[in-house]
Amino acid sequence: MATAVLEARGISKGFPGVLALDDVSFRLDAGQVHALVGENGAGKSTLIKVLTGVYRPDRGTLLLRGEPVTFDHPLAAQRAGISTIYQEVNLVPQMSLAHNLLLGREPRSRLGVIDMTQLYAEAERVMTRYGIRTDVRRPLRSLGMGTQQMVALARAVSIDARVVIMDEPTSALEPREVDTLFGVIADLRAQGISLIYVSHRLDELYRICDRVTVLRDGRVAHGGPLDELPRVDLVALMLGRDPAEIRREGATKFSGEHTAAASGPLVEARSLSRRPALRDVSVQVRPGEVVGLGGLLGAGRSETAKAIAGALPLDGGTVLVAGQEVRRGSPAAAIRAGVSLVPEDRKAEGIVPTLSVKDNIALAALPQLSRSGVVSDARVDRIVDSFMRRLRIKAASPDQKVAELSGGNQQKVLLARSLATGAKVLLLDEPTRGIDVGAKAEVQALIDELAAEGLGVLLISSDLEELVEGADRVVVLRDGAVAGELSGDQVTEEAIMATIAATGETDG
Amino acid sequence: MADLAVAPRAWGGRVRLLAWLQEYGVYVSVLALLLFNVVFTPHFLEVANFRTQLIQVAPVVITSLGMALVIGTEGIDLSVGSVMALASAVVVLYLGYGAPVAIVAALIAGAAVGAGGGALVAYVGVQPIVATLALLVGVRGLANVLVPQLTEFRNPTLITLGSRSVLGLPLVVIIAAALTVLVAFLVKRTTFGRQLVAVGGNRAASRLSGLPVRRVLVTVYLISGLLAAVAGVLATSRLQASDPTSLGLLMELSAITAVVVGGTPLTGGRVRVLGTVLGALLIQLLQATLIKHNLPQSWTQMVQAVIILAAVYAARGRRA
Repeated sequence: MATAVLEARGISKGFPGVLALDDVSFRLDAGQVHALVGENGAGKSTLIKVLTGVYRPDRGTLLLRGEPVTFDHPLAAQRAGISTIYQEVNLVPQMSLAHNLLLGREPRSRLGVIDMTQLYAEAERVMTRYGIRTDVRRPLRSLGMGTQQMVALARAVSIDARVVIMDEPTSALEPREVDTLFGVIADLRAQGISLIYVSHRLDELYRICDRVTVLRDGRVAHGGPLDELPRVDLVALMLGRDPAEIRREGATKFSGEHTAAASGPLVEARSLSRRPALRDVSVQVRPGEVVGLGGLLGAGRSETAKAIAGALPLDGGTVLVAGQEVRRGSPAAAIRAGVSLVPEDRKAEGIVPTLSVKDNIALAALPQLSRSGVVSDARVDRIVDSFMRRLRIKAASPDQKVAELSGGNQQKVLLARSLATGAKVLLLDEPTRGIDVGAKAEVQALIDELAAEGLGVLLISSDLEELVEGADRVVVLRDGAVAGELSGDQVTEEAIMATIAATGETDG
Repeated sequence: MADLAVAPRAWGGRVRLLAWLQEYGVYVSVLALLLFNVVFTPHFLEVANFRTQLIQVAPVVITSLGMALVIGTEGIDLSVGSVMALASAVVVLYLGYGAPVAIVAALIAGAAVGAGGGALVAYVGVQPIVATLALLVGVRGLANVLVPQLTEFRNPTLITLGSRSVLGLPLVVIIAAALTVLVAFLVKRTTFGRQLVAVGGNRAASRLSGLPVRRVLVTVYLISGLLAAVAGVLATSRLQASDPTSLGLLMELSAITAVVVGGTPLTGGRVRVLGTVLGALLIQLLQATLIKHNLPQSWTQMVQAVIILAAVYAARGRRA
């Protein structure tokens, strides 16, 4: 076998409390497009940061064309020919396309000044090769995301990159731009340049990648040629399931059955659209029903929940609560209508760290707890006390800072905040991620209990077991569109994975 | 913050000390400075001296209250000094309609500037420091256009406002005290106050929780403008003249100093009303002390710098 362009052997990297990479080996050959996949926390970004010199591994070696190397600094990796193109393109948006492309290597006239005529001519020549025909004098920020990405790519290649790492390059692209990008990738491969391609879009992976490495909890779950791996197996590997033997009985706290009322839907989302994240997504939740949203990372699950909660600007679609249309783009209107979201990112979008447990719980319900703008402390204390008891929130006192609580208790505080508004529909985005086992069981039991009381719950979870046991019905999303709906006996881990893996026909 | 628990003991002790300093440092400092003066400064305890100190600090206290609210939302209002000048100009312009009308006009002008700045921040998305910097420059210019030179006035009502005493206390001081109580009530007891600190503590979470984030921001800047206008009117009435060129100059810096020294973090999410008042008093007392001991103004400035750095250091250490 020829020498690998880049090889990682037995890489381990730990952070306080977590082992992000555990004995990971990875091999990239010349002219190869290598898919790197895995769910949140699988270790993808840590591996990329090790390969690009951002982190130094605790153990293991990196080999560049067979020679052991250590990158002390990202610049060292760049000089060795490893280039990264991040989601947020790292260029200078105010400068012209041409300047960005040739930054630091501008053609100079005899006086040492930049030769503009030549600069523009050279830039135009390069961009034409990448299928981009646009005025290279325009500032970069005035161009589409696709063009910007192409400039980043062209720049990476022009500084003699032998390895290009692309992290979710298509997440902000239009289908036409994706086609152009893939054309360029094919060219690069023909030139012998290797690519590491990070994405969750199965169609794309199977279209352009030769090999795949699946990471799961910091370990390599699978490595091999992609075309030999059935889609369902890839999905199963990503979600941490062995497709051969999926356990039948689970360990979650869900009782499984809810008696969904035969009445009309409590909340109904019709044709939610927002390019490119959501395409024509419709979901209904009836009283007493737990509806699961399944799909891979980036399939549009969080976006769907946010859209229903009024927290995402939409291109089209409506949300109805009890048959009444809710004003779009207003979380306040959604909350008044009885819809409340518990967001996925607790720290960024959930807790207010400077405030107490009490103030955090009461936050969304303040208008209901005040009279003519003055907060009734008695009513706040009563509602906070009752929810702290019911959800068994462990805090020294209601006045303790919420930032001092454990993740599980913070999550309960957010649930209490939603419930305190008198919500009829809860949108729970990964409610048990990153919390300890005990709190997880409590949260799951609570979801059951709330559904039994007649609330409607939309449950997003990457934990298939949680989804299967918790939900009465599962709507599966793929690439921002509904790929299928499963109910009753159809709700199994295999069925969900099969639906995710089915070829997307809506693409293109 | 979770690191606090696992930090080595020496570190934990230092963090606790800094936290304590941020919480109570301003009270201790004011008390220490008072004690120092009682012992070492002759005539310090005389009523006349105290009156002068309090009258001088009143406009600073009033503007600082508004500044504390703005900083609580993770913002800043650099326009307060210029708003004072504008209020001073407007009050003199409208004095012909009687003092009450003139005062109301001045307050409306201040509130309008504040709301304008707030709208730039909340709706246009301009950074607070940039939006209010533009106002700092522009509003001072406007005040100078309205009243091009120092203009004296003889309206008895307006003059009384600045010089009268009720029950032995200067009216100016009573107004500052009343506004302090009002702002404390606003922060502690009203929906608006709780929403304000939430917006400063985590804007995304506040939005998702259905809080009227933009309205809160506009209101906060409006209040800051309004309070600056009150301070401007009071300062004008004490001067018995309108002087838009120099009135309120550098007031934004005094107000920010008072807020920061008072323990309100610049990162938002928290407002300390009483701390802010004491912060303003501390600076005032410091100046008075150094002057009484015949040290030049430049000394005050340098000591002030040390206090600001100490306050910010205490706040920083707390989050580490």
